[in-house]
Amino acid sequence: MGDGTGIGKVRGLGSAKHGGEHWIKQRTTAVSNLLLTVWLLISLILMPNFDQGTLAMWLAQPIVAVPMILLLVSIFWHVRLGLQVFIEDYVHDDALKFGAITLLNFYVIAGAVFGIFTIAKLAFTGSPA
Amino acid sequence: MGSQPNRPLSPHLQIYRWSPQMAISIFHRATGFVLATAGMMTLLWWLSAIGGGTESFATFQKYVVSAGDGATGWQTASNWFFRLLALAVTYSFFQHLFSGLRHLVLDMGAGYELAASRNWALAAFIAAIFATALMALLVASRVLGV
Repeated sequence: MGDGTGIGKVRGLGSAKHGGEHWIKQRTTAVSNLLLTVWLLISLILMPNFDQGTLAMWLAQPIVAVPMILLLVSIFWHVRLGLQVFIEDYVHDDALKFGAITLLNFYVIAGAVFGIFTIAKLAFTGSPA
Repeated sequence: MGSQPNRPLSPHLQIYRWSPQMAISIFHRATGFVLATAGMMTLLWWLSAIGGGTESFATFQKYVVSAGDGATGWQTASNWFFRLLALAVTYSFFQHLFSGLRHLVLDMGAGYELAASRNWALAAFIAAIFATALMALLVASRVLGV
């Protein structure tokens, strides 16, 4: 291990062992998105009507609330990975890139937590009048 | 490293000749962006409107779906904005879905032959347009009562 050039500093250390992690996670969440959005699409097509009462009764059931929470986790995770690459490809200024990635992290975590809380509250305490 | 600030970047869109293969790649990105922003925010609004009770659902209904007979100009404009947005999100969903499936096949190492890659890219575009049209007809007949 040398201490001159950048490549010299890392040569011989071997890989960091998670080079494929981002790629694999993007594909894993793609497959779970596929399953969960097809479930949501079929559920919506089979819905008798779109009144608040009907939808609230439907969403409060464990068999619906659980896959809906999974759907939010899966999609927002996929959004995190996908928009990260989007930002890395198009935002070249280091400070702007750091800021954009930070905002992306805030967006996906806030969005997922907000949605999960909404579903859990409805499932646990029922629909308000 | 940062010591070579002027390293070459990959060329942008305007460099390439348009073909189904390159179009589906940039459409995958663009539709992914639409779904990640407009799609997810509308889904969250819909979920919280359901959880918020009849009054909050009525607000969602009034601005997003239809304000009914007594609609103000602003509400009608809002309805049409969200109808166009819904169409864009629906198309984005199917486009991203079909080009995503194509990606999963390519990831397995299949479909790289010139004719195959061109045909599957075209097929994904056509499938997305048909699925969007089908969804639009379904929504128009069931939800909007057209």
